Amino acid sequence: MLKTFPIGGIHPSESKISRECPIQDLPLPATVTIPLSQHIGTPAEALVVKGQRVRTGELIGKSTGFVSSNIHSSVTGVVTAVESYLDPSGVRRPGVTIAVEPDQWAEGIDVGDAIVRECTLSPAEIVAKVAAAGVVGMGGATFPTHVKLSVPAGRKAEFLLINGVECEPYLTDDYRVMLERGEELLIGIRILARALGAERVMVGIENNKPEAVASLRQLAEATGGGVEIVPLKVRYPQGSEKHLIAALTGRQVPSGGLPIDVGAIVQNVGTALAVYDAVQKNKPLIERVVTVTGRSLARQANLRVRIGTSVSALLDYCGGLPADTGKVIAGGPMMGRAMANLDAPVVKGMSSVLVMPESLSRRLPQEQCIRCGKCVSVCPMGLEPYLLAKVSQKALWEEAEAHHAPDCIECGSCSWQCPSALPLLDYIRLGKAEVIRMVRSRKSR
Amino acid sequence: MDKSLIVSPSPHVHGRQTTARLMSDVVVALLPVLAVSTWVFGPGVLWVTGTAVGCCVVFEYLIQRFLLRGPLTVNNWSAVVTGMLLAFNLPASIPLWMVAVGALVAIGVGKMTFGGLGKNPFNPALVGRVFMLLSFPVAMTTFPEVADAATGATPLSAMKGALASGMTVPEAMRMFDYRALLVGFKSGSFGEVPALVLLLGFAWLLVRRVITWHIPVYVLGTMALFTGILWGVDPERYMSPLFHLLTGGALLGAIFMATDYVTSPMTGRGMLLYGMGIGIITVLIRLWGQYPEGMSFAILIMNAFVPLIDKYVKPRRFGAVGKAKA
Repeated sequence: MLKTFPIGGIHPSESKISRECPIQDLPLPATVTIPLSQHIGTPAEALVVKGQRVRTGELIGKSTGFVSSNIHSSVTGVVTAVESYLDPSGVRRPGVTIAVEPDQWAEGIDVGDAIVRECTLSPAEIVAKVAAAGVVGMGGATFPTHVKLSVPAGRKAEFLLINGVECEPYLTDDYRVMLERGEELLIGIRILARALGAERVMVGIENNKPEAVASLRQLAEATGGGVEIVPLKVRYPQGSEKHLIAALTGRQVPSGGLPIDVGAIVQNVGTALAVYDAVQKNKPLIERVVTVTGRSLARQANLRVRIGTSVSALLDYCGGLPADTGKVIAGGPMMGRAMANLDAPVVKGMSSVLVMPESLSRRLPQEQCIRCGKCVSVCPMGLEPYLLAKVSQKALWEEAEAHHAPDCIECGSCSWQCPSALPLLDYIRLGKAEVIRMVRSRKSR
Repeated sequence: MDKSLIVSPSPHVHGRQTTARLMSDVVVALLPVLAVSTWVFGPGVLWVTGTAVGCCVVFEYLIQRFLLRGPLTVNNWSAVVTGMLLAFNLPASIPLWMVAVGALVAIGVGKMTFGGLGKNPFNPALVGRVFMLLSFPVAMTTFPEVADAATGATPLSAMKGALASGMTVPEAMRMFDYRALLVGFKSGSFGEVPALVLLLGFAWLLVRRVITWHIPVYVLGTMALFTGILWGVDPERYMSPLFHLLTGGALLGAIFMATDYVTSPMTGRGMLLYGMGIGIITVLIRLWGQYPEGMSFAILIMNAFVPLIDKYVKPRRFGAVGKAKA
């Protein structure tokens, strides 16, 4: 029996149609726009001015606190603007625009292909390098990695868990990294383990990627062991931090708690690779692998893209936006965000650009709740989505709190399953936000 | 930007298991039962089923169109399911006008008075059936004779009569053949008859993920346990659990009626309470009640407890801390 998380979950169509596409480098675009906030926490502060020349890998935005992150130039060129740009939703945000020239790398960055295996740095030195390189969680949460690596006093990271689940349909960027960059990935993982002093290191991979399991397992053994590669039953939302911990360790993060409460730290595959680059190659986080996919798209691809490249450049590379496109999603179809503006840049947390035809872009017509209870049985948090949606619709926030609205991880399993196509998650999100606000104001009083 | 894109919150995909698909899957699961019943009881089965389904659909349409004047949802197949389940609880020989009256009560009173699908507290088909049982007691308990069966009475009522006349269970059991109970050659409402075919329907519902195993297993398991204890204590006076499970609509009720979405609990633990309640009440009525069969009443009684169960029985929460909220 393959391991998995204890309650709920769904199995949407996997649709991994780009899985056989090797990682390719997207040619340098003419301009990039690098947002100063690509992470959870306070935005970085711009260090450059208009007209200034920057080199690839140079620091252009300085972290403004502990929970913040450095931002580096992903290209060489001249800064043409330090102002606002339009994000995927069309909201203005601060960013640095650079006219691109051929690469000249900043000093100290190792751009060679040779794999650097040895690491003798102390945990503190590793954390400092990770922080300096602006590494954040690349699974989409974009939580600054150095914060996660700084385990609070009195706590112990027994487990380092690497998230290679990729439970979202369509996404294949982590899969390609595991297949093609396995050795560097494992070095990154061991560096993370060293920084944390973790006792057990496990990589969780859903069993629809047997090639990745086999290849990493063989590489892990060949390079000294100590990293367990664990195949998991295919079940959404296993890539959720809490659910991966439960699947791999059997421990449940308490409601309102953090992974470290059960002795676990979770890092994504892409993050571990970025840690390798940061620590072994002195290379800051300036590029990432993005899956560009969709059944209507002329070409599927897994592209290595410089941060700040516009999404439309990725789409153009894959044959352009098909005429019948209804929706473009940044991320997976379950939790990704529908984009309004395709000129928005690729950011550190953007794993995929998914194109959906018009015919699949609209929600099914809503019907009445038939009380089938399917939302309850699929909820991986053991909540009652039908009830939360109902009380949120009626603005009964105390009721929403009593039924644990803030526990919702917004995975969307309830809405996916609902035979009446009710927008359950829309209402629950509202309830969750209101309850969190209510609790906060109660505390501040 | 030359193209306007659709923007909506996640999730952006849907499982496509819609109400209409779920309901039509139930219809498919019932078709083999219909076929075997027709083979055993003759074309009367088709007339009764056709009348019940037709009346349910037409009544639902008329009520939605002219009384409620809300959206028309008659195309979601739920009225077809109600009609089939109502029919399967009737004897094949029942006059068709009575079927029409039952359908009117099932849809009109059982379902639409409460606001339609999803709002009704009681299983509509059973509301119709019990109304008919009380209104037309003779027609509802007169079953056509079947070649192999010893009598026109159902096994359960025959057994009740035999026990009342002083026979012991082993003596009375000689009237029955278990093989007949399994494949359908016994007297009764035509849907409650062919046990193996009902199990085939159950398998289909499970494969298509229309229902989960919980409620049927809880109902039948409770019945088996309860009757098994009594049988173990005194096999002269009490029928075996197998006899109970194979007769009197136990399977039809547990698989198709107790699992009605609208009138069953939302959580796994709620389903356990509900299923056990149905099992216990069914056996109580069968053994000590006025009627030979108790499944319909048991389901309706437990339907009434569902809102209470849903209010107090909560799912097991991920990462629940401290005392779980009741």
